[in-house]
Amino acid sequence: MATATSSGSLRTYLVTRLLLVIPMVWVLVTLVFFVMRVIGDPISSAFAGRLPPDQIKLRKHSAGLDRPILSQYWDYLRGVAHGDFGKALTDNQRISHVLVVKGAATLELTFWALLVALVVGIPLGRVAARYRDRLPDVGLRLFAVLAYAMPVFFLGLLLQLLFAIKLGWLPASGRATTNTELAIQNVSPKTNIYLIDSILYGNSSYVVDVLKHSVLPAITLGLLVAGIFLRLVRVNLLQTLRADYVEAARARGVPERRVVRAHAFRNALIPVVTVMGLQIAALLAGAVLTETTFEWQGIGYTLTLYLIRRDFVAVQGIVTAIALIVAIMSFLIDVVAAIVDPRVRY
Amino acid sequence: MSVALPEVEQTESQLEGRRSRIPGLAAMRATSGFQRGMLVAGALLVLFFVVIAVFAPAIAPYGFNADSARGVDFVPQQAPSAHHWFGTTVGGEDVLSRVVFGARTALEVIVLALLLSIVVGVPAGLISGYRSGWLDRVLVLVTDALFAFPPLLLAIIISVTLAGGQGTKTGGILSAAIAITVVYVPQYFRVVRNATVAAREEPYVEAARALGAPTRVVMLRYIFGNVVQTVPVIATLNAGDAILTLAGLDFLGFGIEPSSGAEWGYDLNKALSDTASGIWWTGTFPGVAIVLIVVGVTLVGESLNDVLNPLLRTFKLAQVVLPRRIVAGKDGS
Repeated sequence: MATATSSGSLRTYLVTRLLLVIPMVWVLVTLVFFVMRVIGDPISSAFAGRLPPDQIKLRKHSAGLDRPILSQYWDYLRGVAHGDFGKALTDNQRISHVLVVKGAATLELTFWALLVALVVGIPLGRVAARYRDRLPDVGLRLFAVLAYAMPVFFLGLLLQLLFAIKLGWLPASGRATTNTELAIQNVSPKTNIYLIDSILYGNSSYVVDVLKHSVLPAITLGLLVAGIFLRLVRVNLLQTLRADYVEAARARGVPERRVVRAHAFRNALIPVVTVMGLQIAALLAGAVLTETTFEWQGIGYTLTLYLIRRDFVAVQGIVTAIALIVAIMSFLIDVVAAIVDPRVRY
Repeated sequence: MSVALPEVEQTESQLEGRRSRIPGLAAMRATSGFQRGMLVAGALLVLFFVVIAVFAPAIAPYGFNADSARGVDFVPQQAPSAHHWFGTTVGGEDVLSRVVFGARTALEVIVLALLLSIVVGVPAGLISGYRSGWLDRVLVLVTDALFAFPPLLLAIIISVTLAGGQGTKTGGILSAAIAITVVYVPQYFRVVRNATVAAREEPYVEAARALGAPTRVVMLRYIFGNVVQTVPVIATLNAGDAILTLAGLDFLGFGIEPSSGAEWGYDLNKALSDTASGIWWTGTFPGVAIVLIVVGVTLVGESLNDVLNPLLRTFKLAQVVLPRRIVAGKDGS
């Protein structure tokens, strides 16, 4: 560190960090591949009892599942490296196609949820730290505990009961009404992100419809993450407020409000960026549950469908993709953290 | 064993430390005001659910799967009433009974899962950290990969794999517990391993080794005690998380067989289709049960963490140790 120039050490850090992504994904892919094989082969589990034995044999052969497991594993790794995740057994869809279409839905959901989480979590965390152990802090800490303890599907159910059934303000489930969905199917370029598609289509009532459908799922998933952010910001701000330089600012007679705003708050956010990387996994797990609650047809919803059908090729592909997403996202967030905070580049 | 170290004169504070080994009590004493309130409230909530879980058959008015009593079928989808305090489900089961038995299922799975995670994670971390070498590297790589993956998805995959065919109650609970174990082992492993790596270089360990203590003794007597101290805190913090993971597993339909045990997450899934007709009681009660128990466990875990994490600790003025003469007039406690 002492000898390297700062840009050089940043580059070294990034390269090392990037190289670490590869073994991580490889371990997960390998694990999932072999764990899935333990249960038996996918075709028999998917079609046992529904197709005659010779048919199953034929299908196994055409899917290459009667070859030695190591050569299947090798082929699978090669496919994944080329972005080819294979075809689902039950509906014969290309997994990469499923990932693009459903992934867009999940992306849309997580985007809104993150927005809710940032807007709610960070300012509230700041308030809680500022008024430590006083009434706002007590209330907000209880809120954070509640946001954490509330299963996303229970919050979703309550919101549905209140806003969709009782008050009738918002739709209970789905990404859009059938009319809207049909209309925006033909938009080109089609992004599968309904908000963008409906804007491209140019009908404001469709845009409103899509937005209305997003409100409840976004709040449901967003509040879960907001609770995490609130706690993170609070704890980090409290630690920063103890730092010597903050104490020095206070000693110089800087008003407490300004101490929090100008001296402590920004520095307290740096660790939050890092820890946010760890929350990607929590966010995706929450998305699986939120999608099922609201019949939001994203990756998580699709994954559970394939799991119920015991379509292990599809499951394997989706899980691999999720592992990749998590690894790449946490890499990107580490990069941001390294750029923001020179102390990270050890 | 054969390694006898010179007896150090025990100071007041060490004796104090010895006395406060009783779990809970030490933590209680270190807290004050709001924090103590949180700890007590959390502990009471947890206790409440443990009692319900243990005495479930005595507390629940009916069986968790019963849709009739004394030959009379329950009317399905009844609103809460004197006969069915929490109403009935679409299948005619008593919601209160299902909530009560759900506590039992949750407790069984969580206790089993946490025990398994500790039994696997702690020794693995200890050995891996002390021995280092290729085994350590491989284990770190694998646990890192597991740790980064969405925990719920991991649990689902393991659960689906294990449950391939088993429908018995113990099988269901065991496979759910193992699924959750796989999620939490990496945490214990990492914490214990890192602590071990740090402790390995400490002078007292060096000294023990110099005196000829065999590896087993060094690991068990010198390192173990110093690296497991954070484990109870992680376990309490994980317990809440594990309950949520279990509920999520059951909500998605990959948990315990519905016929072998009542489960809150499963009931919430069934309740989703009830909401359209305005039926609120089938989902609300199991949901509130999950929230309450997780809040309880979290409050306990958070308070413990606040007390034990020096970065978060607020010092009470009374904790400042002054020379005897100055505090002579006061009670020393």
